[in-house]
Amino acid sequence: MASHVIEIKDLVKIYRLGEVEVRALDGVNLVVDAGEFIAIMGPSGSGKSTLMNIIGCLDRPTSGTYVLDGANVSELSRDQRAIIRNAKIGFVFQSFNLLARTSALENVELPMLYSDNTGSRRSRRDLALDALYRVGLKGREGNYPSQLSGGQQQRVAIARALVTNPAILLADEPTGNLDSRTSVEIMGIFQELNDSGKTVVLITHEPDIAQYAKRIVHVRDGLIQQDERVEQLRVQRQGIAAPVAPVVR
Amino acid sequence: MRNSFVRLGNITIVGLKSIARNKMRSLLTALGVVIGVACVIVSVAIGAGVAQSVSEMINSLGSNFIMIMPGAATQSGARIFTGQSTLTEEDVQALRREASALAYISPNLRTAAQLVAGELNWSTQIQGVDVDWPNIRSWNVEQGAFFTDGDVRSGAKVLVLGKTVADNLFPNGDAVGSVVRVKNVPFRVVGVLEKKGGSMMGSDQDDTVVIPYTTAMKRLMGQQKLGGIIASASSAEQVGEALDQIDAILRQRHRIPPGGDADFMLRSQEEIAQANQQQVQLMRNLLLGIAIVSLAVGGIGIMNIMLVSVTERTREIGIRMAIGARGRHVLLQFLFEAVTLSVLGGLIGVLVGVGVATGIGKIAHWPIVVSPTAILLSFGVAATVGIFFGFYPARKAARLDPIDALRYE
Repeated sequence: MASHVIEIKDLVKIYRLGEVEVRALDGVNLVVDAGEFIAIMGPSGSGKSTLMNIIGCLDRPTSGTYVLDGANVSELSRDQRAIIRNAKIGFVFQSFNLLARTSALENVELPMLYSDNTGSRRSRRDLALDALYRVGLKGREGNYPSQLSGGQQQRVAIARALVTNPAILLADEPTGNLDSRTSVEIMGIFQELNDSGKTVVLITHEPDIAQYAKRIVHVRDGLIQQDERVEQLRVQRQGIAAPVAPVVR
Repeated sequence: MRNSFVRLGNITIVGLKSIARNKMRSLLTALGVVIGVACVIVSVAIGAGVAQSVSEMINSLGSNFIMIMPGAATQSGARIFTGQSTLTEEDVQALRREASALAYISPNLRTAAQLVAGELNWSTQIQGVDVDWPNIRSWNVEQGAFFTDGDVRSGAKVLVLGKTVADNLFPNGDAVGSVVRVKNVPFRVVGVLEKKGGSMMGSDQDDTVVIPYTTAMKRLMGQQKLGGIIASASSAEQVGEALDQIDAILRQRHRIPPGGDADFMLRSQEEIAQANQQQVQLMRNLLLGIAIVSLAVGGIGIMNIMLVSVTERTREIGIRMAIGARGRHVLLQFLFEAVTLSVLGGLIGVLVGVGVATGIGKIAHWPIVVSPTAILLSFGVAATVGIFFGFYPARKAARLDPIDALRYE
């Protein structure tokens, strides 16, 4: 069904460390519908990162099925997963992971260079500029990451995740390297993107951050322990179309 | 189909940007190839220059030139040189009479001597020859005249100076008619030869003096045997025939049966050229070998830097993979970087090589021939080196696991 963006059934991931078998995921079931804002929580070692790697198509489950946006992606090859990542997943990382010495605009254009329908240079530029404007970075297109604050860098990363119009935004501790005020701003951006219909999957261990989601899933010992819909804490002010002070160059 | 071209274009953009981001590193990486390619071009240019001057020198021997040397007598199967020449004046006369394929023939004796003219003196090589010598060597007299048949028959004390000798003994250019003493014997200068130029070994062909062979035998050397004979065939097609005739006549005169070892050696211009070409080729191969080694070292430099670069940029690779770069995208990017660096290095190397070769030619007065083939070839080799040495690091990059790469600090 198209309304299920993520359908995970009996997902098991076993790592072999020499003789020892580690069951990082031990039969996870999870369904995420389009337009949801879900936070996956859990302490370190809970299997949270493994789950995020599999949801992000960076890794493959040992057994079980994972259907992403209508396509079964549990048994794809490396390159096929790369194509899926490019088309259907927008990553936002804790440490921003922007290319150094590369302008904000070029960073946002990057996923389109690896896309199958890459479009013209002009259209790539327009899409990238559009994504940067959506996260409130008008006037910063030419800046290098080193010339941007942490919050601004994370906005560039969000723009990069958005630009291919993916099925899900997958944010792995997106506020982990940010101060609390900037964290709230970033969560505000996620909320606004979610309001406009984007499915957001947030991986975090901070309850403060998780409360900005509409649904919280707790993972522990490779299992989903708790799955609850919550009252979303709304971030006030800071709109997607909020005016940004023009940068004087 | 079109899409894959577009994507290839994108990868080249990615690669070019990556090179531009690290200008210093890129430059140093390319330097190895620059030196390698420059080395190839310079050494090939020098080699070609030497080859050219050798063939010019051989051509300057004269047209359809044949050399007859004494010696190579055999005793009990071992080749020995007895020190005693086996060629005589009568041999020359017989060859002149009987060998129909020969146009010109002349004895050729050589000895070193000191020449004194007034207060100046000059050590040089004296050649005793016959009147046909200018025709055989295609070497004409610039001032005065060559000595005559009469001079030869009478053993006249006349000489013709090479240009270098004339310039050194008679700086004012008044050589003809002057007297030069050789081993205390006064000689009259009758002519000065035109300039011929240097030979392949750097020796100056113009540093010579020519006198009648009769005079040389009687006055200077006191011997009856000839040190050698030179001749020229009547045409290029007649060279083989001429060699056969000379061989037959000399064997008959020296009473050597057909199949027996001759007490003389024959060399045509072609054979001399071949022998020299072999030596030149050896030298060229040696130079080229050294140059190729330096090119390979340049290639290993590229591989080294690319390997370091892959490790250093593990995280970047992880990011690219996370947002959708496939294995071949990463492979192509790194391969493209390596090839671009080597091609760039090759291009600069060509410029440096041509510059250095021309410079060496000017400063050291070496003959230099910069060949387009060498330029294209070394350029092609540089690009191949880039692909060859870039492939391993590129494949290493493409095989990284995105999860590990992203975690890499």
